[in-house]
Amino acid sequence: MWYYVELLMNGLLIGTLYSLIALGFVMIYKASDVINFAQGEFVMFAGYVVAACVQLYGVPLLPAIAVGVIAMIALGFAIEQAVLKHLVGRPVVAVIMATIGLAAFLRGIAPLLWGSGTKNLSFGLPQDPYFLGEVMFSPAQLFAAFVSLVCIAAIGWFFAKSRTGVALRAIADDQQAAMAMGIDVKRYFAISWAISGIVALVGGVIWGNLLGVDIQLALVGLKVFPVVILGGLDSILGAILGGLIIGAMESLAAGFLDPLVGGGTKDFTPYLLMIAVLMIRPYGLFGKATIERV
Amino acid sequence: MINRETGTFKRTYAEDMALYRLPLARWAVAAIAVIAYVIFPAFATPYMLNLANLIAIACLGAIGLNILVGMSGQISVGHAGFMSVGAYTSAALSVKFGVPWWLAMPAGGAMAAAFGVVIGTPSLRIKGLYLAIATLAAQLIIEWGINHWTWLSGGASASIYVQKPSLFGYELKSNRDMYWFILVTLTIGIVYALNLTRTHLGRAFIAVRDRDIAAEIIGVNIFRTRLTAFAVSSFYAGITGVIYTYYYGIANYEAFTLTISIQFLAMIIIGGLGSVLGSILGAIFISLVPTLIDLGLVHIGMGWFGLEGGQIASVTSSLQFFLVVEPDGLNKLWNNIKDYFRVWPFPYM
Repeated sequence: MWYYVELLMNGLLIGTLYSLIALGFVMIYKASDVINFAQGEFVMFAGYVVAACVQLYGVPLLPAIAVGVIAMIALGFAIEQAVLKHLVGRPVVAVIMATIGLAAFLRGIAPLLWGSGTKNLSFGLPQDPYFLGEVMFSPAQLFAAFVSLVCIAAIGWFFAKSRTGVALRAIADDQQAAMAMGIDVKRYFAISWAISGIVALVGGVIWGNLLGVDIQLALVGLKVFPVVILGGLDSILGAILGGLIIGAMESLAAGFLDPLVGGGTKDFTPYLLMIAVLMIRPYGLFGKATIERV
Repeated sequence: MINRETGTFKRTYAEDMALYRLPLARWAVAAIAVIAYVIFPAFATPYMLNLANLIAIACLGAIGLNILVGMSGQISVGHAGFMSVGAYTSAALSVKFGVPWWLAMPAGGAMAAAFGVVIGTPSLRIKGLYLAIATLAAQLIIEWGINHWTWLSGGASASIYVQKPSLFGYELKSNRDMYWFILVTLTIGIVYALNLTRTHLGRAFIAVRDRDIAAEIIGVNIFRTRLTAFAVSSFYAGITGVIYTYYYGIANYEAFTLTISIQFLAMIIIGGLGSVLGSILGAIFISLVPTLIDLGLVHIGMGWFGLEGGQIASVTSSLQFFLVVEPDGLNKLWNNIKDYFRVWPFPYM
């Protein structure tokens, strides 16, 4: 019995992290209708920047994170300026290819710059697990979930209350009307990429703390698609719930199915769920039901 | 005979349907065929032959993907998955059941086509980026299946050794033999793809791509057309996978990962969407990037670019470059050159 509770709890804890990374994805889609296939690579790249600062250049952790924030903002603006700005109004395949290419580019360039070995990015958290009843929690996971929740709350506040957040919501709602009201849409596209980069940085640092930083960190990006399809591509609430559901589901699948079929179910059960959602309810749980029917 | 036309003037249906609009084109194709079939293999070193083989295999795969993405307008990120389906099907058939290669090869293609139809089914309801995500899922599920279904894929490393194909008792062992084998397959693939654009089916693909609702109104069955596009494209992919297996003598899942799918997409974007010539140019371009790095950049002190990361980075940055600067790809550049010489030396006419 406790075993299942533990599976569920661990899944939910990881799920908060998926929610966070999916939020970065939703942010870009909401503002500019771009599907960012490179979200996982953003996470990896951010993790790489921080880990390289700490390990190769001997910078302490907090300044390294600050460097990472600046790097991710610069990356977000650079992508918007160099590539995506030119692709407005072009067929959807062009935008998809641009972000897929971006993903491969980041995956190629990061180990080239800082070496392909796994880098340790540890916060020095205690190793001993906590127990609640019979359920075991590792401090690193609790910390990860805590930071993710704080970030999600911060983003929620940002979107609901801040001036930039209101502008972003206006653009998501009606781009032309937003333009008419004097909102500089292009600038806010770049801002949404930069915010998404910062969110990826938080994800990269936490996830890197759990797994170590190397190119495999980008695989978390593959988890993002089931999450956002389930929740709805343009829904923040959907991303949060979707992350929790997918996290719990893959943890339970790993517990129940792995002994039966020999491992690895974690990686593809979310995708089976995603295909089912695509067939039944393509706009997800909370997405705007405006996608074009075939 | 060596003149070019001054424009596209077609007065009869026969002219409209003609494969070659000008005598020059007929001669050019004949010359390319002679060079490719006779002259090049007679002089090429094994290294060049190896390169040519890989390029030819890539061409076949790129043409297949271009039928799906360029002609029927559906994005697939799972092309390498279909290739692996073909590869493993034919390898398993020939190793486990002793099926000869000329039967195992189309069987691999057919199995890949069947997979393509199943995976294309979501196109009943979704398109564009949603379909791209669905094919991404297909790629991952196929990879997982091959890695875990050891009965089919042969043990922990998921690889099957296969024999080279043999013709009338003569085994096609050397790179040169395989070159002709691959080239014949590629020629069939090119001719089929070129003719596809002139048939009812090919025009239905293009109609569905350009405006699906209008296509439905003039009587094209959208769903069936989309699935057929998936089937044709995956058949190409399957055959590509089979040839790849025969060429290396081993079916291994590592040759068919997501990265390979992305590389094929890069080929058709760089080459030009919806064009057979573009697919070929793109495949040549992408396949030559590592070689060019080896030959060129290493000597000017940029050898670090030759690392795997550098190759990926240079391929993808050229992809971004083409996306932004020349969205219609190398094919468009070639047409620009032709247009320039069409009126040369009187460009003001």
